[in-house]
Amino acid sequence: MAKKIVVDPITRIEGHLRIEAQIEGGHIQNAWSSSTAFRGIETILKGRDPRDAHHFTQRFCGVCTTVHSMASIRAVEDALKIQIPDNARLIRNIIMGIQNVQDHVIHFYHLHALDWVDIVSALSADPKKTAQLAQSVSDWPLSSVKYFKGIQDRIKAFVGTGRLGPFSNAYWGHSAYKLPAEANLMAVAHYLEALEWQKDVIKIHAILGSKNPHPQTFLVGGMAIPMDPDSQNALNADKLALIGKLLKKARKFVENVYIPDLLAVASFYKDWAAIGGGVGNYLSYGDFPMDNSGGTDNLYFQRGVIMGKDIANVLEMDERKITESVTSSWYSYSDGDDKGKHPYDGETTPNYTGPQPPYEFLDTDGKYSWVKSPRYMDQPMEVGPLARVLVAYASGNKDAQAIVGHVLKTLGVGAEALFSTLGRTAARGIDCLMLAQKTELWLKQLTDNMGRGILEVHNAEKWDPSTWPKEAQGFGYHEAPRGALGHWIRIENGAIKNYQAVVPSTWNAGPRDASGQMGPYESALVGTPIANEEQPLEILRTIHSFDPCLACAVHLYDGRGNEIIKVRAL
Amino acid sequence: MQKQEKQVQDMIPEEILQRWETRGVSRRDFMKFCSVMTATLALPITMMSKIAEAIEGDNRPPVIWMEFLGCTGDSEAFLRANQPTATEIILDYLSIDYHETIMAAAGHQAEAAKRQTMEKYKGKYIAIVEGSIPTAEGGIHCTIGGNSALNIAREVCGNAAATIAVGSCASFGGIPAAAPNPTGAISVSKAVPGATVMNLPGCPLNATNLTAAIVHFLTFGKLPATDSLGRPKFAYGKRIHDNCERRSHFDAGQYSEGFGDAGHRQGWCLYKLGCKGPETFHNCPTVRYNEGTSWPVQAGHGCIGCSEPQFWDTMTPFYERLPNVPGFGIEATADKIGLGIAAATTVAFGAHGVASALRKGDDMESDQVKKED
Repeated sequence: MAKKIVVDPITRIEGHLRIEAQIEGGHIQNAWSSSTAFRGIETILKGRDPRDAHHFTQRFCGVCTTVHSMASIRAVEDALKIQIPDNARLIRNIIMGIQNVQDHVIHFYHLHALDWVDIVSALSADPKKTAQLAQSVSDWPLSSVKYFKGIQDRIKAFVGTGRLGPFSNAYWGHSAYKLPAEANLMAVAHYLEALEWQKDVIKIHAILGSKNPHPQTFLVGGMAIPMDPDSQNALNADKLALIGKLLKKARKFVENVYIPDLLAVASFYKDWAAIGGGVGNYLSYGDFPMDNSGGTDNLYFQRGVIMGKDIANVLEMDERKITESVTSSWYSYSDGDDKGKHPYDGETTPNYTGPQPPYEFLDTDGKYSWVKSPRYMDQPMEVGPLARVLVAYASGNKDAQAIVGHVLKTLGVGAEALFSTLGRTAARGIDCLMLAQKTELWLKQLTDNMGRGILEVHNAEKWDPSTWPKEAQGFGYHEAPRGALGHWIRIENGAIKNYQAVVPSTWNAGPRDASGQMGPYESALVGTPIANEEQPLEILRTIHSFDPCLACAVHLYDGRGNEIIKVRAL
Repeated sequence: MQKQEKQVQDMIPEEILQRWETRGVSRRDFMKFCSVMTATLALPITMMSKIAEAIEGDNRPPVIWMEFLGCTGDSEAFLRANQPTATEIILDYLSIDYHETIMAAAGHQAEAAKRQTMEKYKGKYIAIVEGSIPTAEGGIHCTIGGNSALNIAREVCGNAAATIAVGSCASFGGIPAAAPNPTGAISVSKAVPGATVMNLPGCPLNATNLTAAIVHFLTFGKLPATDSLGRPKFAYGKRIHDNCERRSHFDAGQYSEGFGDAGHRQGWCLYKLGCKGPETFHNCPTVRYNEGTSWPVQAGHGCIGCSEPQFWDTMTPFYERLPNVPGFGIEATADKIGLGIAAATTVAFGAHGVASALRKGDDMESDQVKKED
């Protein structure tokens, strides 16, 4: 008999996600992905100054805290045809680069690792053997017996209090955990080390943009951080050197800790290279402009679309082929819910048909999520590091090809292993390493510009709204840590007429569309083995491999001239 | 320096330092922590031993951290904490029994962990809330485990020793409550009127202020003194403008006129580029962010007033000198007060701006000014 289980809240993600799954014969037969929270920030944006929009959209998410600012200023710049100074391009690349690197490391250690790593088992590890293991995979200087003994003692003392805090009531001892005790101890040590590392390297955002989360430095037309080698109040040689030091620290950790750990852990879970594949279609907008032409032909990560896992054919990406449907989402369209709409023509009418809380199950035959269902040429698409790396790899990106080759060879698997839960997790590491090794180049170029006296950071030609056309519209793209992110803006008489965002977790977490096609999470869950229905660890593995970010995913799309929804009197 | 360290060391009992050492915290780090806390909380240095004693032993207070209509930015800010670090807080200072972003358990195991703490430590645990609480249509805009944020907040905060609202959403409604507030989002103190709530607004909050507030609670058994908006005075007692490192440029009439211009590069006042520091109460200039690395004005962007109620409506457009609120403002009272302050400040500023401009021989902006002050 099929049994329906609910995992809500899905923890170790950003935002509110609920999975309902039907299990039969120890495998998932059917799955439903639902987002259970909604804020409506696009509605709040209507009528406001387009130059302010990035502050609002930045608050879509405090984890990938720069990405919605990036997409927003690019959308306005696209609408108003603004060319940014080269320094702004480079500062943005550095900010985006370290955002991806830091976010991926946090995801691996703090959001995803505990799906594979058993903390309790680490207590019985032999510190000496742990040091041997660590030294065999990397020459990281901390990997001594004393170090691992110290970590183990600290964890023992913590567990000894009998109060496990965030580690209580979890799945320790679950049969799906396969790592030897020593590998568990090594991973726990690096969990703690990464917690320290992440707060240090992200100071780059503070230097360039005042703080993190929510750096306050983005501007339509450029950046707000001044450059001047002769001032202590601007980006100067001293601060560039500090950024360089932190970038190096970031790269060293990725090269010597994250990637070796990833490969070591993955080698024990190769069965997961055949689980969790999902829809098999991949979309990447591409990002990290290598020149300041403003075009998308020379991006470090290429732009493109792969359909049906066919990496021999990378298709051209055309944003006009994007639609969203609300068949299974708590909205309704004026001309029927089953026909998709392009974001420029999106409509909003919230139409909550779900149960009143408290409830046990959602009505998964009807509408069941606050996330819409984006489609490209009517097909569900996976976005994220895997899509980004696949498109780059298949487009001839030499760095991607070299690192993908190294990872596949080390694990002794073929390229087909990439289309899986394990492949998704590995691709995140590949993406991280590529950027960790690239970002120092952009810092060097920025330093060179400063040396040549090029100090411009902001193009103010069209800062004053009186210089704008009466009507304009633009598309802002970005490859965020979690994948393809698009913002669409319409400007009229100097104010926001309509604002829409289709974000990575909308693509991945969306529910079924009009023709019943599942979204990527749902599709990836089908077939997943479940050893113990009471402890659905395997669901977490596949869902976490996408790195969900639900606050980002849920929006209110408002069509042209539509009434804003009524506010209820409290 | 050594003499100072010796002084500090004398104030903390040796056995406490030793016990922390066995937990992997060096005596130097522990002393540094105690002195930073004493300074942030504006306490006399003689209070240091009391702080050290308060956070001693495994009487770690249980914490239930809930996120509703938020963006996890305050949780991320918490992970950037430095004195103590997030690792130390998680392992040594607090028992964070429920926090969806970091906890290992999911689904009903996670719910059970929360329930356990609520039962075992009823009236004794600390509730921390991030994000605002939607009230429209029976709370359908945020449910966790099938229950509404409103129900959860009332139960968890209602049975806590104290509730800390972290960030501007939990403190004042924040961005979901910006006009037209599509989900009927409200702050924690409005959602749970009977609870003891302290607000730590900011977008996101400054982790140092959270740590300091917790230490204050541990040390004195009560929350620190707050202003009329529920904000602790130690962190929100002074205007940004009054503590600003660029204040001397304001006084000298030296304003940045454009991003990247000569004045901007030399750290001149950002008032003309929209800075809301004169209307904002927060300790950003002294505490700063990311271990004191920087804060918005230092990095060349004006303050956006993110720790003030309804700042998304009252402080926008962010790049204009004058706050512009027509058409917005659901909570008339709060808005009127905010607008009143803003308008008064702007008049004063306009006058001051002209006074300095005249001294410098610049063009006068007559629409800003009534008369010279």
